[in-house]
Amino acid sequence: MATQPATVPTLGSSRSAFTDRAFSILALGAGLTVLLILGLIALSTTNQALPAFRQEGLGFITSDRWIPSQDVFGALPFVYGTMVISVIALLFAVPVSMGIALFLSELAPPRLRRPVVYLIDLLAAVPSVVFGLWGLLVLTQPGPGGGDPPIVGFYQWISNVTGSIPGLSTLFGPPLNGKSFFLAGVILALMITPIITSLIREVYNTVPPGHKEAALALGATRWEMIRGAVFPHSRSGTVAAVMLGLGRAMGETIAAALVIGSSPQITARLFGSGDAMAAVIANQFGEAGGTHRSALIGLGVVLFAMTILVNVVARLVFGRSSAAVA
Amino acid sequence: MSVGTLVPAAPAPPTLEGSTVSRSRRFRNGVAGALIWTSVLVAAVPLAMVIFYVIRKGIGVVDVAFLTDDIPVQSRFPGPGMGPAIMGTLLTTGAASLVSIPLGIMAAVYLNEYGRSNRLAAVIRFLSDVMAGVPSIVMGLFLYTVWVLRFGQSGLAGALALGALMLPIVIRSTESILRLVPRELREGSLALGASRSRTILTVVLPAALPGITSGSLLAVARAAGETAPLLFTIGATNATNLNLADGSNTSLSVQIFRNAQLPFAGAQERAWGAALTLIVLVLVMTVIARLISARFTVR
Repeated sequence: MATQPATVPTLGSSRSAFTDRAFSILALGAGLTVLLILGLIALSTTNQALPAFRQEGLGFITSDRWIPSQDVFGALPFVYGTMVISVIALLFAVPVSMGIALFLSELAPPRLRRPVVYLIDLLAAVPSVVFGLWGLLVLTQPGPGGGDPPIVGFYQWISNVTGSIPGLSTLFGPPLNGKSFFLAGVILALMITPIITSLIREVYNTVPPGHKEAALALGATRWEMIRGAVFPHSRSGTVAAVMLGLGRAMGETIAAALVIGSSPQITARLFGSGDAMAAVIANQFGEAGGTHRSALIGLGVVLFAMTILVNVVARLVFGRSSAAVA
Repeated sequence: MSVGTLVPAAPAPPTLEGSTVSRSRRFRNGVAGALIWTSVLVAAVPLAMVIFYVIRKGIGVVDVAFLTDDIPVQSRFPGPGMGPAIMGTLLTTGAASLVSIPLGIMAAVYLNEYGRSNRLAAVIRFLSDVMAGVPSIVMGLFLYTVWVLRFGQSGLAGALALGALMLPIVIRSTESILRLVPRELREGSLALGASRSRTILTVVLPAALPGITSGSLLAVARAAGETAPLLFTIGATNATNLNLADGSNTSLSVQIFRNAQLPFAGAQERAWGAALTLIVLVLVMTVIARLISARFTVR
């Protein structure tokens, strides 16, 4: 092994040393903008939200009354709605994403792998507002022949099937007009599936081939190999991927704003309409003034804090070794 | 090599076919396989439905007049016009890219070339990942509070919000590409007496250019489809505004959002047309990005 000299002799002129220095400072400055922007987001939005925070105190997140006309701002229904639709989204997206990731890493015939990767790319490329448009104008509007909107027919069916089971009959109670927690959650699920899939895929790719081959050599079926070799090795990575998906779902705005129904209520009825933090900001900000506007910015602050928390925890779990796609 | 002939009278090898696997294990394996196949379908079917509807409803709406005319002032009337929104989308995403791509590349250069093993770089790397998780609507609120309250709504305000959204994506993808550039290239250049900055500018970045381009294009495609950062920053207009710095602007995404909620058939048709236009725009960028990265990726 050749030993390296401790210092590289400078062969350039002092002028090039100056450009060198300037360039490195420029690069450092670019890196620091990340800190600057994050700091500014926290400061400037909190600053604008202060009037609402002062007026409502802790009630801002514990009260369930949001009545702009009476200057009352309790954001609990929106926090609740965000949680509900995010959980619904995860319930659908996580198993599907795990399935697709397993398909790509273990099951897919080589010639099917590429089309499925394209499929996921395509799903990621469709803008959120287009999913919202589809949900609003196709699923919750009466079809061309009149009658109930498609989603209401589906809800009615589920509601009839589960009607006699206590608990489920509340959860899946009869629908109103289709705009609902459930629909918002399902559309969010579509949107977070690509990101969760690509993260989980990356985790599955880190499973040592030796483990998988050993399991198969011991006579395990493919499923037993997945359970015995792939899952145990990727547990923490999967948890992190799910949390990053959760962060994405909480912040997704536009599709939810179009199909959630915009009524601030806390209800267990998934087929009923509700509202969520990001959605209410998008829908009300335009015509809001004074404390109302401040309260909406306050919702943004709470949402910012929640997503930062989820992301930080997820990144810590994930570890910095893995090059996750953001 | 005919090794087999040297082994005398080997016992018959055990059959490795399925017959030794019990019925219930085989059943479970089959069910799991079926579920995995199903999950691909579960993702594919809604996507196909969305694309199908956008094409079916949008194809009859989009024509030359639709792409170039102004947006009707009375939204209840049918008829074309998304020209200003198309210009707005191109201009705001273009300006956002001009700000965030060079900045993101420089930040990635810092992280990979200068700060490999220092604490500050680790913090910046971590926070840039965290920044990628900031909801787009919060980026909109951020630009509203720091920009719009002082200077008013404009295309530039929207572009800055999109740029803030793109920045962590550009940093992340560029850094991962820079990491792939072989050390020997840098060492060779330094050994020839080139300065550090010269090495980065003339050796490292050119080597990484295809990857950087493809990653940046994906960020641009993402920004072009975003609505939430623009809602409170870009304003509203029915006529093309080529001046980003002054006066309200509009974008395809914002027009889809607004028109979808109007009860008029004409407005909804324009929303579908705008959706088709936007999807084509985003897809073209995505496909170009994929082609570039597929062409140049060394595997």
